[in-house]
Amino acid sequence: MAIIERPAPTASILLRAPVTPSQSMGIVRRPVTSTGWKSWVFTVDHKKIGIMYGVFAMFFFIVGGVEALLIRLQLATPDGKILSADLYNQMFTMHATTMIFLFAMPMAAAFANYFLPLQLGARDVAFPRLNALGLWLLVAGGLILNASWFLGGAADGGWFMYSPNSGPVFSPSNGVDFWTLGVQIAGFGSLIGSINLIVTILNMRAPGMTLMKMPVFCWMILVVQFLLVFSLPVITVALVLLTFQRSFGATFFDVAQGADPLLWQHLFWIFGHPEVYVLILPAFGIISEVLPTFSRKPLFGYPFVVFSGASIGLVGFGVWSHHMFATGLGPISVAAFSIATMAIAIPTGVKIFNWTLTMWGGKIWYSTAMKFAIGLIVLFTIGGLSGVTHAVAPSDTQQTDTYYIVAHFHYVLFGGMVFGLFSGFYYWWPKVFGKMLNEKLGGWNFWLMVIGMNMTFGPMHILGLQGQPRRMYVWTEARAGEGLFNFGFWNRVSSLGSLILAIGVLLFLINVVHTTRKGKPAPLDPWDARTLEWITTSPPKEHNFDRIPVVHHLDDFFHRKYQEDATTGTMVQIATGEQLVRDEEANADAHIHLPSPSYWPIAIAIGVGTLGMGVVYGVPIMIVGVLIILGSSFGFVLEPSVADDIDYDPPMSGGQETKELAPLG
Amino acid sequence: MNATATDTHEQHDSHAPGLSDATAIKIALILAAMTALEVSTYYVDFGAFFMPVLMVLMVVKFFTVVSYFMHLKFEHQMFKLLFYTGLGLALFVYFVALATFKFFS
Amino acid sequence: MDDVAVLANHDTGHDTGHGHSTSTGLSNNKMAMWLFLGSECLLFGGLISTYMLYRGRITQGPRPSQIFDIPFTSVSSFVLLMSSLTMVLAVTSAQRKDNERTKLWLTITALLGATFVGGQVYEFTAFYNEGLGFTTNLFSSSFYTLTGFHGVHVTIGVIMLLSLRGVISANKDTGDRAEVVELIGLYWHFVDIVWIIIFTLVYLIPA
Repeated sequence: MAIIERPAPTASILLRAPVTPSQSMGIVRRPVTSTGWKSWVFTVDHKKIGIMYGVFAMFFFIVGGVEALLIRLQLATPDGKILSADLYNQMFTMHATTMIFLFAMPMAAAFANYFLPLQLGARDVAFPRLNALGLWLLVAGGLILNASWFLGGAADGGWFMYSPNSGPVFSPSNGVDFWTLGVQIAGFGSLIGSINLIVTILNMRAPGMTLMKMPVFCWMILVVQFLLVFSLPVITVALVLLTFQRSFGATFFDVAQGADPLLWQHLFWIFGHPEVYVLILPAFGIISEVLPTFSRKPLFGYPFVVFSGASIGLVGFGVWSHHMFATGLGPISVAAFSIATMAIAIPTGVKIFNWTLTMWGGKIWYSTAMKFAIGLIVLFTIGGLSGVTHAVAPSDTQQTDTYYIVAHFHYVLFGGMVFGLFSGFYYWWPKVFGKMLNEKLGGWNFWLMVIGMNMTFGPMHILGLQGQPRRMYVWTEARAGEGLFNFGFWNRVSSLGSLILAIGVLLFLINVVHTTRKGKPAPLDPWDARTLEWITTSPPKEHNFDRIPVVHHLDDFFHRKYQEDATTGTMVQIATGEQLVRDEEANADAHIHLPSPSYWPIAIAIGVGTLGMGVVYGVPIMIVGVLIILGSSFGFVLEPSVADDIDYDPPMSGGQETKELAPLG
Repeated sequence: MNATATDTHEQHDSHAPGLSDATAIKIALILAAMTALEVSTYYVDFGAFFMPVLMVLMVVKFFTVVSYFMHLKFEHQMFKLLFYTGLGLALFVYFVALATFKFFS
Repeated sequence: MDDVAVLANHDTGHDTGHGHSTSTGLSNNKMAMWLFLGSECLLFGGLISTYMLYRGRITQGPRPSQIFDIPFTSVSSFVLLMSSLTMVLAVTSAQRKDNERTKLWLTITALLGATFVGGQVYEFTAFYNEGLGFTTNLFSSSFYTLTGFHGVHVTIGVIMLLSLRGVISANKDTGDRAEVVELIGLYWHFVDIVWIIIFTLVYLIPA
């Protein structure tokens, strides 16, 4: 029984692309090592890039989690002494910034990078080197953002960084500068990635895969990329204005000069609202794959799920000022945005119905992945309901800037997005790493996270209605209110809940370590799944598919395994996943072209990072950064399409090249 | 093998013949004339027609370059969709934002 | 120069004429460029909106009417507009595989673009000497940021045009040469249409 497959040297011949490298102007040969750290740092393989996004994101999930735990520890007792007011401001700013930009978006990028080509039946994305560039820009941004902790203090203006608080007068340390630059640079990475993935989805689907035969996960990622490509430039403008104000003396948010602080808020939230859909839609996409698989039923109402996703994306650009209801916009603006915000609840509701009806009448398999998916449906609905109360502007005026809002967005982000991502971990871990995560540990992981999550964020609804404002660094017994169930009580419950939640997350990490060391090897198709990424080995070969599949149905993999029996009308299994993969290997494509690794993506990212640091530390460093970017860009554009034959390791023998997959883990 | 089973669209040659040199020059001359007219608003009093004339000229020049020089008029639907969605969203969000600042009143 | 997207050898999808085929029949690179330009609409829209909001907020320092030199800027605008024409001529030459003409028109376009940038530099220096610095007031900050961003875009365009000309001279480019010229052309025209908006809204409409 073939377990973890290494690419067989016989099945396919990996060839260079038809373009002859010696004719191009590259001065540096392309790197070719296929093992060791170089094979990761210079890779353009979407799978390796996906794993690196995932590791990066998981690391920052823990960092952001620790930041949250510190906040909860500070608020666990009256007159908390764990964090000073200043440090508290930094903590909640960085917690949110880290979770959004360094965990959530990269984790979605991890799933998208790894699985998009596989689900589409492709061998890589449209622009593999740009893909790598996106990753390294994120790393540069993340480093700059967190360097602030060691270089004078982190940003302390909240993740939404309202002006004039964000200006040099009220935030004199370099923290906000590192924040601005870090987010800006990470944003460039996302913008490049979004263009890449849109072109991939539109142009690189397997033959026969019309858009309406594409998996829902791919559709949701497509909508997300459109949200990113059109919203990121807006925050780019906002960040540029803030940078110019702080570093070059411009007056954009200087009220004495006539500036309007609301300009920042509009620019930020025109990005910021689509951003929350960027965060949740990948999770929606993941569970749209998980639910049908573990209900043994196709997704109910596929076109509705697709179109509601697209509507959420579109209407998402029209609701941003619901974050500004209390800023004095005036009744017409408030009414318009209030109505638009209510409208956007509709397509989300459609999805909830479709997911629930998918399960209805199905033969449910309560795997850990399935538990997390069902958890998302329940918890996101709760978060969505509090969201609806925010859409009603009069009630929002009561709720805004209180813990009620904190409760809302943590239900949708943690209960929704994080649960969706965890569902994805358990579902796709066997495919990526060739091992099954332990289901028993998974059960404990799930239940502790559910209990912990509800215990942490549930009471925040009450705290908000009792009047606890956001960003309040300490509470006292004297002002905690009367009776047993006052501020003090609910803060204590919430903090205790956060510890339980932390243990739940820890169990996941323990599961990962345990699995890596002693995990059961995974079959090719452990869940009897429905989509194309499962017609591969576990983990997939470097070139993904031995033969590019031709698609005839939605859920094509399912239809290759099962067909309707003419007499009984039931679905009968005609093949297993293993048999289908053997079939593909036997009919492998004769020539497979893969792009070669490249030095230039990481080089460009280093240049951009240097330029960013130069904004804080002086023009000479900026100039160095610009020179590195210029040189690396020329290198990028002019390098040969693929490496020379003779550069490959191991050397060619008998006219056949082999490329060993770098050992994973 | 279903080479035609993907999206329904007409076979598109992405090297659709560009503008002939003569046409390009003609359009450039029209654009130059429109620019001259725009500049003339600085010297000549157009009264109530000042804003409308400038706005119309700006928009016509914009779309002329996009449609002809950038060839979008003759390109596949998809490119039009991608670009005009960006343009449309930009117009929408910034108009609305400026409106909340009472910019248009 | 093309990063060859990975596809199997058998005929799938539609042939874009570039040696590989895509699901829509459209070129990957061209689709990417149009997407990028779509997103740039939001970038410049934001900068233009900031300017429009702040243009009248002048607590000290010169006002637009005191400082703008409309005749000079009109000539600059005309130069940039004509560079769009020469860019079209470069593209059609490339499509006809006429390398000499392509290089000629690319060079002229770059020269016209550089003239435009030179004009901007001259203009800004004059403004600065007349008391309009970057930090003088809200109008000045917004004005310099908007036109500065545009100017940087033009400069990057000039660098790309000259680099392309060099690559063609050395005959070392790989992939579809005509397409590369076309795509740089799209970028160049976009930079021109942004200026069409800026010239009208910033210069011709008094604050």
